[in-house]
Amino acid sequence: MDYLLTEEQIMIRDLARQIATEKIKPVAAKYDIEGIFPWDIVKVMGDSDLFGIYIEEKYGGTGGGVMELVLATEELSKACGGISLSLAATALGTFPIILFGTEEQKHKYLPDLARGKKLAAFALTEAGAGSDAAAVATTAEKKGDYYLLNGTKQWITNGGEAEVYTVVASVDRSKGARGAATFIVEKGTEGFEFGKKEDKMGIRASATSELIFSDCKIPKKNLLGREGMGFIVAMKTFDQSRPGVAAQALGIAQGALDLTVQYVKERKQFGKSISSFQGVQFMLADMATEIEAARALIYATARMTDSGAKKISKESAMAKLFASDMAMKVTTDCVQLFGGYGYMRDYPIEKFMRDAKITQIYEGTNQIQRGVIASSLIKEKAA
Amino acid sequence: MNIIVCIKQVPDTTEVRIDPETNTLIRSGVRCIINPFDMYAIEEGLRLKDKFEARVTVITMGPPQAEEALREAISLGADEAILVSDRLFAGSDTWATSYTLSKAIQKIKDYSLVICGKQAIDGDTAQVGPGISAHLDIPQITYVKKIEEMCFNSTENGERSESRATHSRDSYIKAERMTEEGYEIIESPLPCLITVVKEINEPRLPSLKGKMKAKSAGIKKWEAKDLDVDPDLIGLNGSPTKVVKIFTPPPRKGGQILQGDPEEVSEKLVDLLKGEIP
Amino acid sequence: MSIKIINEKCTGCTLCVGVCPFAAIKVVDKKAVIDLDKCTLCGACIEECKFDAIVLTKISPSEIDFSKKIEGHKDVWVFCEQKNAVIQSISYELLGKGRELADLLGVDLCGILLGEGMKDEAKKVIHRGANKVYYVDSPKLKHYQDEPYSKVLVRLIKEYRPEVVLCGATSIGRSLISRVAIGIHAGLTADCTGLDIDREKRLLLQTRPAFGGNIMATIVCPNHWPQMATVRHKVMKEAEVNNHHKGKVIERGFDEEVYSSRTKLLDIVEEIEETVNLTEADIVVSGGRGLQKAENFKLVEDLAKVIGGAVGASRASVDAGWKSYSHQVGQTGKTVCPKIYIACGISGQIQHLVGMQSSDIIVAINKDPHAPIFNVATYGIVGDLFEILPELTEQFKVALKK
Repeated sequence: MDYLLTEEQIMIRDLARQIATEKIKPVAAKYDIEGIFPWDIVKVMGDSDLFGIYIEEKYGGTGGGVMELVLATEELSKACGGISLSLAATALGTFPIILFGTEEQKHKYLPDLARGKKLAAFALTEAGAGSDAAAVATTAEKKGDYYLLNGTKQWITNGGEAEVYTVVASVDRSKGARGAATFIVEKGTEGFEFGKKEDKMGIRASATSELIFSDCKIPKKNLLGREGMGFIVAMKTFDQSRPGVAAQALGIAQGALDLTVQYVKERKQFGKSISSFQGVQFMLADMATEIEAARALIYATARMTDSGAKKISKESAMAKLFASDMAMKVTTDCVQLFGGYGYMRDYPIEKFMRDAKITQIYEGTNQIQRGVIASSLIKEKAA
Repeated sequence: MNIIVCIKQVPDTTEVRIDPETNTLIRSGVRCIINPFDMYAIEEGLRLKDKFEARVTVITMGPPQAEEALREAISLGADEAILVSDRLFAGSDTWATSYTLSKAIQKIKDYSLVICGKQAIDGDTAQVGPGISAHLDIPQITYVKKIEEMCFNSTENGERSESRATHSRDSYIKAERMTEEGYEIIESPLPCLITVVKEINEPRLPSLKGKMKAKSAGIKKWEAKDLDVDPDLIGLNGSPTKVVKIFTPPPRKGGQILQGDPEEVSEKLVDLLKGEIP
Repeated sequence: MSIKIINEKCTGCTLCVGVCPFAAIKVVDKKAVIDLDKCTLCGACIEECKFDAIVLTKISPSEIDFSKKIEGHKDVWVFCEQKNAVIQSISYELLGKGRELADLLGVDLCGILLGEGMKDEAKKVIHRGANKVYYVDSPKLKHYQDEPYSKVLVRLIKEYRPEVVLCGATSIGRSLISRVAIGIHAGLTADCTGLDIDREKRLLLQTRPAFGGNIMATIVCPNHWPQMATVRHKVMKEAEVNNHHKGKVIERGFDEEVYSSRTKLLDIVEEIEETVNLTEADIVVSGGRGLQKAENFKLVEDLAKVIGGAVGASRASVDAGWKSYSHQVGQTGKTVCPKIYIACGISGQIQHLVGMQSSDIIVAINKDPHAPIFNVATYGIVGDLFEILPELTEQFKVALKK
């Protein structure tokens, strides 16, 4: 389908595709097995300016927005949904600065992030505060011109590898969600350490770890927005980032389907290619159609977001929900079409299925997305 | 310092596949790319640019659409690109090609190093690089796998009086030249021409900003009348070699598939081969 | 040469469009149209056209201007490459072919040898069938260097005017002869796999692969002498030794200026590797992506050791860092032509095939029965190389009593 991309968007897509096929594809299996962070690929992506595609030119980026990020994430995810996450998770950690940062904060952090010299991460989730973000137990105690951060963040993508963390903590636990604030915390700050690196089912090239704060001193100038805005920062950030997760799911699904179409043409049973069987053909057609539907929804949402629309929670939740459920279904069917080979780790297809699963879980489980969508619907009716 | 990189646009043979049924090549839709060995030449030029603040000029001789290859070189970081293109150049063999390119390089005048890929994947001759250096009468180092040292001293006043090239006594390059048994270490004064092999570096990918710059970059176009060329030495006229016949070689046929468990197939293969092993 | 479409015959079937490697053909109004800017006159379309609607006009004899042929060009020359004062086997291969060509032309076969203290070695060239050896002795010629070698060769050619000059397509030969060809405005054809003589016109017919070996082209140099060609190692058969063959060694010396070089050869480093020179080897065992990791290359090395082969590698395994680039076989690596080539876990992409498909016997071991490598294999084994390779190594050990 022709999505009438701009010349610049086509350049971004082609460049990301080149990186995916030339640099990521040959090493995707290796990183999946070893579970180490792909710094060599991150450097390539940085040198190619991909980390700056959603950042304004005056901060060293190339001036795009969510749509550009979606295009790049989709292409990179076709080759590896784990490696692509280094970009998508950096965007997640950077959006709070873009949305709520002061000029000073933007000038300090965005140029290095735009060049890929530093990665970012967003830290909200805790052991007791997953979907229930208001239950954040990490505290930020105000002490004159600084805050003291205490608590542990869990399952933070890019954790340990990123230099810049945007961390949600409670300044007043009695106020619940309204007592939260967001801080920029740099790696290396005293009292900020990393816990164990998680051993995951999928997206194994991505780093996931605990962030441990013990009397970590954060200067007041690192507060993003105002006290009490922490929850709003998180929600607005997710509105921007969900199309990115959706694009990751989309890329994983497309990558799996591409391999599968090739395989069913080559695989012969009963004396002919299995692609000549109608049962197989119907599966391929359904998968391609669902992928295209997801793409259309994601692109539309991304463009709406970039146009400056204020109310985008429902649409961005829909894009994430639809694309990730689709990716899980498509990758499962792709493994099915590979038959016994599909279940073997020697073949690349099962990785796509493992990688797809997380997209239904993180940045708000799909159950939470349904909640967001439903409550928007109900509110719309009430108004 | 000025570095000239000579490149060629070739059909991408990585997109060429063999039809398993007919055992023939599927060549439809093969796109054109920069000759892979020339990518190493461009990368080496760009690395020297970073080190010496050199200026990299990329030059190609070819049809008008070879401009695409030059834009790609700019997106990678080249400063300037020149397309040498004219119907009069059509049919050039390696003699006429290296003659024409050497005339274009002479027109650039001021250069310290010319870098070429060791050969192009479509012709595989490896003749144009040495041919250019012979026409220019500059020293050459072929099959370079590493530049060990390079020293560039510009002349004092910055202005160069010599018309042909930048001669400076202390400027030199020391490089490792790959041979069948290992390598040689060769030193040459500048200007000099080198041809490079794959081992020398890993080419970078273009950057987005580079691609944007390449889109609007001006590309110089030089025709025969712009160069000081002898009409008898360019194109078909200047090419001593002529193709008189073209044919497709008979495809090599697939042989026998040995059946059995590892022990059985090994036994069969050992029987088949042991007479051939000294 | 020119190419054109005969519109009356063209049916607009588009077969030629698909086969053109340079995307130079389009169908406009149901007739094929060739974009002459893109066309390289390769002729692929002519083979494909079922209606004989495409005509490639080759050089007709009338176009060939024999007036430039200068009387007095005669003899077939072979540049004899030497390293450490030992004549390389490529030279003997060229002498074998050179003898044939000289006999067809009814002229002498001459060897050209440049070196230091090699007068005795020069006799070997005679014993391999040469009538004369032009030998140039100087300490400056001890090791190959582009400038002195090319200057000496240009001087010799201008003085003795050979009709044909052959040279190995080696790292020395390719660098040398390309420079020489410029100096004397001679035609040069690289990597010939076939050399013959058109006796009527006394032209050297030089056949070489083009476009990755998928098209063969025959090339002549009608108006320029000498006619020069390079030939890859192991393409031609070595001339046999005949110690009774008689010939003359003619020593020639030149002014010191001719031996001078702007480049300085500082050192020659021979890389001691566990294997012999790939391009020289009679047996090559190569490993590819199917080996899965670097350590598994040992299986390939073990087999190579037992059967006395060199170790090769596919581009994928070199890119993965399992083997160094010097082992790479294929388009961006080395071209090999051994008696036996064993490909282990190599799928056989076209880029690999062009580097090894002229081997006498090709053995392919791969778990994927559809791998393209089986299309060129003399013997194929579909199976798990981790089981097959150790078994094969053991059995060869017994069979070869090692």
